[in-house]
Amino acid sequence: MTTADAILVLLWAGLTAYALFGGADFGAGFWDLVRGGRRNDAIGSLIEDTIGPVWEANHVWLIFALVVVWTAFPRVFAAVASTLYIPLTAVAIGVILRGSAFAFRKSVREPRLERWFGLLFGLSSIITPFFLGAIAGAIASGRVPPGNAAGDPIASWLNPTSVLGGTLAVGICAYLAAVYLTSDARRAGDPGLADAFRGRALAMGVAVGVVAMLGIVVLAADAPTLYDGLVSRALPLVILSAVAGLGSLVLLYRRRFGAARLSAALAVGGVMWGWAVAQYPNLLVGSLTIGQASAAEATMVALLASLLVGAILVVPSMAALFLLSQRPRT
Amino acid sequence: MSLFDIFVTVDQPDLWAARAQMALSLAWHIVIACFGVGLPLLILVVEFRGHRGGGPVYDELAHRWAKVLGVLFAVGAVSGTILSFEMGILWPRLIETFGSVMGLPFAIEGVAFFIEAIFIGIYLYGWDRLSPRVHLLSGVPIVISGVASAWFVVTANAWLNQPVGFVLTDGVVTGVDPWAAIFNPATPIETTHMILAALMVTGFGIAAGHAWGLRRDRGSRLHRTGFLVAFTLAALVTPAQIVVGDAAAQFLATNQPIKLAAIEGLYQSERGAPLSIGGIPIDGQMRFALQIPDGLSLLAFRDPNALVQGLDTVPPDQQPPVLPVHIAFQVMVAIGFALLGLSAWLLWAWWRRRGLPGSRIFLLGAVAAGPAAAVAMEAGWVVTELGRQPWIVYRIMRVDEAVTAARGLPIGLFTLLAVYVVLTVATVFVVRRTLAPGPSGPSGASGPSGSQS
Repeated sequence: MTTADAILVLLWAGLTAYALFGGADFGAGFWDLVRGGRRNDAIGSLIEDTIGPVWEANHVWLIFALVVVWTAFPRVFAAVASTLYIPLTAVAIGVILRGSAFAFRKSVREPRLERWFGLLFGLSSIITPFFLGAIAGAIASGRVPPGNAAGDPIASWLNPTSVLGGTLAVGICAYLAAVYLTSDARRAGDPGLADAFRGRALAMGVAVGVVAMLGIVVLAADAPTLYDGLVSRALPLVILSAVAGLGSLVLLYRRRFGAARLSAALAVGGVMWGWAVAQYPNLLVGSLTIGQASAAEATMVALLASLLVGAILVVPSMAALFLLSQRPRT
Repeated sequence: MSLFDIFVTVDQPDLWAARAQMALSLAWHIVIACFGVGLPLLILVVEFRGHRGGGPVYDELAHRWAKVLGVLFAVGAVSGTILSFEMGILWPRLIETFGSVMGLPFAIEGVAFFIEAIFIGIYLYGWDRLSPRVHLLSGVPIVISGVASAWFVVTANAWLNQPVGFVLTDGVVTGVDPWAAIFNPATPIETTHMILAALMVTGFGIAAGHAWGLRRDRGSRLHRTGFLVAFTLAALVTPAQIVVGDAAAQFLATNQPIKLAAIEGLYQSERGAPLSIGGIPIDGQMRFALQIPDGLSLLAFRDPNALVQGLDTVPPDQQPPVLPVHIAFQVMVAIGFALLGLSAWLLWAWWRRRGLPGSRIFLLGAVAAGPAAAVAMEAGWVVTELGRQPWIVYRIMRVDEAVTAARGLPIGLFTLLAVYVVLTVATVFVVRRTLAPGPSGPSGASGPSGSQS
């Protein structure tokens, strides 16, 4: 394994963490938006309590991914950012509206203002993962050529694979959030609320499964390189993801919320790593491999060392935060 | 001078929009980011005093400031994210060419930012869930990682001014040494200048909020204490900042002489160059300035006869815009000395009577000092960024060689401008609500409120 491979693995682990934790925070925004007004205030406060302490830390995974890509694979970052500047600007605006709306909503107690900030929070929680998924679709279907804004500014992200990616991203986020919130609600001592999320999770899980199935057809036609990888090298991961996804539905149905949480996370992890394995060693499909795109070795070594030291500091701190966020007041 | 024709100018009719968008995002984020560096320190100071029997007023201050930090950190985190997007969206050729040289500090900053975000979560959420001692300790990593974040990210800017740690052969970067890039010659002075500026912006900013409260209610213990703690930090930092600023100018004299020439509007190289205070540099001449003979030579080289390099030593297309750089520098220095005067006023009153200066003018000045410190910091960034023009990487890559080739940049700029206007209004509204006592504040009803004396 080269230094570049090791960095790619860490980068992908970071992006997987973003999908599993940051993604669930996006999904919580989705459920907050569709909770149905004042009638369901319990949902709103559960969501606020659950993501309040952790969403900023979860958001840093995205920044982590960006800076690692531009340090280790600068040509990829330049190509992706300059070609996909429209969806990236949409993500940037989504990120800023979502984070500030959430923080503001917590700080004001006037119902009218709360509702406005809540609406902004919910909408941006859908827009942001949609465009992130569309960006993933653009990269996976080989629509980002190397160079300075060399790809099509619209068709690069408005195409079947990107629409699939965006839809799946929103659905996966919502599913993860609903699954996580079932056990959060149970721990908070509200079985009624846990059942409400169980219903939502089951419905969303089935919907995501259907979209994923349709997605196979889309990828075969629109992203042949990725499709070939998914049905060959990455097939075990694809199967793992499907089995874990189905398993999480069964576990939800049987009210085994803790196990369902792990199973759902495994399903999403399978999608992320399946994509990576299917596309490797292409960073930009059809034009740039990891060998061609890597930065100077001195930089790669320094970066890897910094990330390993960083991991030693970050992982236990993150664990402490998660443990604390589940502890009741003394 | 083959050095100057390595890269190709990008076909980008809207370069101005890319520059304006970057300036807008940076200028906005940097004010918020200052509070991320300085406010944790202030909060720990009052929380510590509260634990040591300082009384409930310190606890109330710690809680109130922590709420402000919670809002500002959230807004700072997301407005900083935009910047990392924009490095690629707006300046892809910079990243493509030099990402491997200048990327590392951003990656390390990412780690520091992680620690900061995690411990802010622990600190804010742990108030009722951790023992007081552990809670206080959980604030320490926030302070350290906040300062570290600022340090690393500013080293990247310092590198743009003093690019080292690589070899450039026919436009291809080789021999990369990312540590040399981090520890480039401009790093010590630029990082120190910025971290002190962050402490000043925080100190004067928070003090301004409480000075406003004191104007309405002279007797409020909460505002009096809050004002004193925050203002004292800023007042201690201000003289140090002036010394560091002087060192920064000396650094420019030898390492980035054209920037200093733009600052001073020095069009021709001169022995015994005068220091121009005020004035308007126009049509190749400095007009209406108060000139101190030999002053610039003396300040820049500690020698009244020293030769100071003028703008004429580089071709016109390599000269920065003199007027805005000169004015921004004057604004920064003037505010710096005004803040020093205000600090001295407080010190004198404290020494004489163990109290705040009684004058209403002092409190008005203290209210103005908050925004003024932020303006001075922004003016400093105008000097360093505009003073580097037309280069993005000093004497190596021009801004118009780094920019994206994408079309429609003004649309992105105006969209983001609208977002920032809304965000500014909302942030000011929410922070004022949190800092100012009153029945609508989240803790205003239970804690010691402004009328307690």
